[in-house]
Amino acid sequence: MLAESLALSAALFAIGVVGVLTRRNAIIVFMCVELMLNAVNLSFVALSTLYGATGQVFVIFVMTVAAAEAAVGLAIIIAIFRHKQTVNLQNINLLRG
Amino acid sequence: MNNAFLPLFYTFHFYLFGLIALASAVLFVTRKSPVAAAMWLVCTMFALAALYVMLDAQFVGVMQVLVYTGAIMVVFLFVVMLLNLGQPGDISDIRGKWGRLVAGFIGIALVAELMALAKSPLDLRLVVPPVVVPPQTGGVIAGIAAPMFKEYLLAFELTSILLLAAIMGAVVLAKKKDAR
Repeated sequence: MLAESLALSAALFAIGVVGVLTRRNAIIVFMCVELMLNAVNLSFVALSTLYGATGQVFVIFVMTVAAAEAAVGLAIIIAIFRHKQTVNLQNINLLRG
Repeated sequence: MNNAFLPLFYTFHFYLFGLIALASAVLFVTRKSPVAAAMWLVCTMFALAALYVMLDAQFVGVMQVLVYTGAIMVVFLFVVMLLNLGQPGDISDIRGKWGRLVAGFIGIALVAELMALAKSPLDLRLVVPPVVVPPQTGGVIAGIAAPMFKEYLLAFELTSILLLAAIMGAVVLAKKKDAR
């Protein structure tokens, strides 16, 4: 089942990339990043059947970092919403020349 | 494997949960409403948790359900409701035709590259020989806890500092400026 798991992981990662590139809602872009992290976790777990439990330890670390990232990122989104009353990335163009 | 049907049963459910994960990921990316998208992402994560259990990573499967679907996605939905984003806005949420075409092309190219990479023969110096996984003693959690608290103790401690920094950063960022 290793090859199938890695193929599924690649497909999920690509779907996450497509989502980041196509969506304009900052929260959904953020959820796409979470999907990409999940895809990487799947390949970690699949390879841990071959190489021992170290991969699963890394999955736990990835989950922790994802939780921290979600907290900070959503706080940033809330702060941006207070300023601009929108989370649409089309309207958040302060750095556009 | 004392039952002759067990491998077939296993394979069937592996493909079933894989298809559920893939289909709900596609639905997640294509939904307009943020709440519907979040629900489909939760569905993907549940299917992935089932796959983790089938890949002999029971503890990771439980943590997937508890941390990802139980905590992170709830925070996402909480923010969606806090900012009142449940209904689609006036500006289209999904990019136009060209943006979608380019994104689809990049996605297909990425999958093709990863598949080609999986098929191609690697340099032997890069290939790690598979280790003989010793039978787990002391249950599922002991197999993860032993390397985490021995080899990766420093990383574990650094993670707690990261979480502390994230908590303080989130509070500072989300606090109202005039709140005393």
